Amino acid sequence: MNTPSNLKYTGTDEWFDPASGKVGLSDFAQNSLSDIVFVELLVGVGDTISAGDHIASVESVKASAEVNSPVSGKVVAINEGAVETPDSLNSDPYGAAWLIQVEGASTDGLMDAGAYEVDCASRDH
Amino acid sequence: MTYIPHSSAERDEMLETIGVKTLDDLFKDIPAEHRFPKLDLPSALSEMEAGELLAELASYNETNKEMASFLGAGMYNHYVPSVVDHILRRGEFYTAYTPYQPEISQGTLQAIFEYQSLMTSLTGMELSNASHYDGATATAEAVNMAYAISRGKRTKVVLSPGVHPHYRETVKTYVQMQDIQVTGDDVSNKMDMSLESLVDQVDDSTALVVVQYPDFFGNLLDYTDLITKVHAKGALVCVVANPTALGLFKTPGEMGADIVVGEGQPLGLPLWFGGPSLGFFTTLKKHVHKMAGRLVGETVDSRGEKGYVLTLTAREQHIKRERATSNICSNQGLMALGSAVYLALVGKNGLKQVANLCYQKAHYAAAQFKKHGIRVVNDVPFFHEFVIELDEDVSEINEHLLHHGIIGGYDLSKDYPTLKNHMLVAFTEMNSKEQIDLFVETLAEEPHA
Repeated sequence: MNTPSNLKYTGTDEWFDPASGKVGLSDFAQNSLSDIVFVELLVGVGDTISAGDHIASVESVKASAEVNSPVSGKVVAINEGAVETPDSLNSDPYGAAWLIQVEGASTDGLMDAGAYEVDCASRDH
Repeated sequence: MTYIPHSSAERDEMLETIGVKTLDDLFKDIPAEHRFPKLDLPSALSEMEAGELLAELASYNETNKEMASFLGAGMYNHYVPSVVDHILRRGEFYTAYTPYQPEISQGTLQAIFEYQSLMTSLTGMELSNASHYDGATATAEAVNMAYAISRGKRTKVVLSPGVHPHYRETVKTYVQMQDIQVTGDDVSNKMDMSLESLVDQVDDSTALVVVQYPDFFGNLLDYTDLITKVHAKGALVCVVANPTALGLFKTPGEMGADIVVGEGQPLGLPLWFGGPSLGFFTTLKKHVHKMAGRLVGETVDSRGEKGYVLTLTAREQHIKRERATSNICSNQGLMALGSAVYLALVGKNGLKQVANLCYQKAHYAAAQFKKHGIRVVNDVPFFHEFVIELDEDVSEINEHLLHHGIIGGYDLSKDYPTLKNHMLVAFTEMNSKEQIDLFVETLAEEPHA
């Protein structure tokens, strides 16, 4: 499992990059979902969102999941590339497959990589 | 053979495990007098006697087989080639269900795939699902889908009064517990049937406008302009279409519709006693992930051979669960097969010919009515159904027609209070010139008609 230490994480498997403001789905999440075939972004540029809001819907060959926003703030960019190539969420979850970019967000309440790994381990049966 | 596989010993063991002595103990919460109530039933009949009784009861029935029928209003009396029935009754196909283990049912999947392909080419749309129960539920699913496409942000649906009354009722039943408002179809007063008034009702909270083609009164309108104007306001348009008409006229796809649904019964399914029926549902590829039901696709297997799969079942409970936009996960498999067989059999030209016969017979009838002084209400082009105005209550006239071996048209006053004494009459290839002449003359001879 890949858990970059520069990112912050939620218990529902989203990551947030404090440096860039980008948000995505973690490696642990993509691995549990298996082949992702559909990504729909539920927010647009300019929307103000709160932590916990549904920002995307993701479907794999065996499950579907809602992606929650890890942070509150204003959406300044969305990644249509992830919508066009859903499998990028599997192949490059922390790079090409970012979902949205948020401005003015705080990392309060988010886990660091170490804490997230412990959390994943407790859920991984 | 017994269908209960448990032996007495096994049963006793199970009872002991759960701590009761006898099977009856399991039912002790039901008062004894209600467990096996005495039923007031006549004594049993032999097979021969039962057959005679049923044949006698059936003989009281008067059907479109022995009578001339001019009743349409959503279900139409078309010829069903005998091949349709022969294929439907084949054991390999004889189930109403989409298979739960789909990949081993290649024949069923292929039949659904063929059905989907035929429906998209008929409606001029990009994709079709594996079908719904009937035209009414397909229309309601269109409302569901449009609401989901707007992500719940657009909560208004504009229904034209020209959409089948039962479909409008079904839509209202579907949305009654959701945050969706239905407008546009108040028929209590004089109806405004103009397309302009429908467009005027569209605002930035409108998800969908639903129109019918031909509309419930048979009118054939080109919705291209309406669709452009509705799209400009950010809403979608669903066209409820008669599939026979699509064999002859411009398709809703060509008009720019987002969703095309309808009743599949005219395509090779008998009238039966009001069902089972078939709802077709077609839309554009970009909406596929919001579409209810199932989608069968063609692919190749690991050996490179052609095969069929359930391409999309994401809407179903087992994947989308409580987040599904619809709880419909089945289809009307056997009826979809019937329609696919019908369409494959008559072909593009055959369907055009059926539609043309319907059109010509209806227009012959309209000319005859006018000649006999009966007013034809429609003032725009119509397909195979139109409205006539009579001087008397339609239900009384229909009673009279029955004595002449004629099943009369639909009494519009039932659904449209302002259309008292208005009868909706339908004509298909099943109506001979003699039948039509008899119908017109019988109505003209009516003392008060």
